[in-house]
Amino acid sequence: MNKYVLLEDVGQVFATRKGAFVALRDINLAVGQGEFVSIIGHSGCGKSTLLNLIAGLNKATSGVMLCAGREIAGAGPDRAVVFQNHSLLPWLSCFGNVYLAVERVFGRNERRPQLRQRTTAALEMVGLGHALHKMPHEISGGMKQRVGIARALSMQPKVLLLDEPFGALDALTRAHLQDELLRIVAAAGSTTIMVTHDVDEAVLLSDRVVMMSNGPAATIGGILEVDLPRPRDRLTLAANPRYAMLRGELLKFLYERQHRAVA
Amino acid sequence: MNVSQIKKDLPQPDSVPGGNSVEKMAGVPPPAARLSSDDGARPGRSANAMGELLVHKVLPALLGLLLFVLLWALLAEQSVNLPGPAKTWQSALELFDDPFYDNGPNDKGIGWNIVHSLQRVGLGFGMAALVGIPLGFMVGRFSFLNYMTAPIISLLRPVSPLAWLPIGLLVFKEAQPAAIWVIFISSIWPMIINTAVGVSRVPQDYLNVARVLNLSEWRIFTRILFPAVLPYMMTGIRLSIGVAWLVIVAAEMLTGGVGLGFWVWDEWNNLNVEHIIIAIFVVGIIGLLLEQLLLLVAKRFEY
Ligand SMILES: Nc1ncnc2c1ncn2[C@@H]1O[C@H](COP(=O)(O)OP(=O)(O)O)[C@@H](O)[C@H]1O
Ligand SMILES: [Mg+2]
Repeated sequence: MNKYVLLEDVGQVFATRKGAFVALRDINLAVGQGEFVSIIGHSGCGKSTLLNLIAGLNKATSGVMLCAGREIAGAGPDRAVVFQNHSLLPWLSCFGNVYLAVERVFGRNERRPQLRQRTTAALEMVGLGHALHKMPHEISGGMKQRVGIARALSMQPKVLLLDEPFGALDALTRAHLQDELLRIVAAAGSTTIMVTHDVDEAVLLSDRVVMMSNGPAATIGGILEVDLPRPRDRLTLAANPRYAMLRGELLKFLYERQHRAVA
Repeated sequence: MNVSQIKKDLPQPDSVPGGNSVEKMAGVPPPAARLSSDDGARPGRSANAMGELLVHKVLPALLGLLLFVLLWALLAEQSVNLPGPAKTWQSALELFDDPFYDNGPNDKGIGWNIVHSLQRVGLGFGMAALVGIPLGFMVGRFSFLNYMTAPIISLLRPVSPLAWLPIGLLVFKEAQPAAIWVIFISSIWPMIINTAVGVSRVPQDYLNVARVLNLSEWRIFTRILFPAVLPYMMTGIRLSIGVAWLVIVAAEMLTGGVGLGFWVWDEWNNLNVEHIIIAIFVVGIIGLLLEQLLLLVAKRFEY
């Protein structure tokens, strides 16, 4: 497996009023092309911080970070982000939000009708073909999150970064969107890194699950290989003993090892 | 440059000596409230609610006005010089019967006076907006400019508007441009400060979107900064017009010419107290209308 995204000895220290705050230390991780990796850990351990580093929204204090063999020097459309709080621009329609991204990535080489077609296609892919011209405040939280996903996917990024993309959704919507994501990512073969705190979501979607220790100075506490065959179906998986075992491993890490570390 | 840095650096309006917090004065909604409001559906006003509004808002307002007029009438009863409401009303009817007569430079209808005052305010305020709003954007976006202009703004903002008049007369050698200059210099500050604060309050999330998409500075301006700052900008404009209208009467009293301020002074010299009272009402009502108009415009820019 090649090392498409490579983090070596990465650390992040924030300067705060009370002095330096070590958020992350000694992060070593290699993600292969087309691989789906989840990052799981308790709230506040530094998952978003790590994802923002890969996105290039923050600069690491130490260590080396590469994407496709190049140093990550800043944010860019090759690493699309689905933000935790959808981050749609409220003054643009669903179409407008996605079009802004499409235009930025493909505007140089394509004409307007093609750009429009891409935008519509991306929104149709997440099941929002009927809501193209709705404004963000007119649609539900789940729909907003889907627009955020459509925006990221429409850019055909090398790496797709998702920060708890389904965290704020109800169980049904979440299951539906997880299935969609599985299908879309498999079809596009994107390299995907997703932050989550949901054990089932991590096992269902991932090739590997990165387990973060609690902060401050959080680091990778272990990596779980999810060797379940694809395509995966949530109903048949529920009866799969291997699935139950992997799930148990994650729970054990989160609620025994990490719990004791805090207490 | 580091965008997140600006937030900390921008001089907060309330740090200005003697100044009130601009945002407090302006009633700018906290950004969090603006952002989260997008989920709430607004229930339609029922007939019942209309009744409530009538009882709780309209009735007290009418009662207040009535009390005011009564008090005025009582006071006028006791005084030899102060005309009462009825007499003033009569005088106003005559005055507005022919608002646009023209008997030479010192005797024009009330309509002309209003038009000329509005014209000066429009010119002075318009130029202030042309300079102040772009300046506010730059001050908010670039921390170097922010640090550069902060001491000047803090120093000049609290200066009483009329203190600028002699400078205007000296430079322009004429009353008309001097009055416009006073309007310009006293109404520019709320626009600079509110726009700059708006820029510094643009949610980091939106700027992160811009960074992930790697948008050009122009695109960031048109697609993210401008729409995000618009509500703050409108607040600045509203405050500025308020200041401009406040200042125009005083400025015109000193500079002369045709205009409400000059008219008040003229009627004082004629000892026509009814007209002075009418002028006060006219100034108040026009100020109120300007404010309501801008509030209406601002509503259109909320998301
Ligand atoms: N810009 C920052 N400055 C200071 N501390 C920060 C900053 N961003 C995050 N942190 C701290 O780093 C830790 C990890 O935060 P975060 O990555 O958001 O956690 P998670 O996403 O896992 O819930 C938290 O303790 C948080 O307070
Ligand atoms: Mg987070």
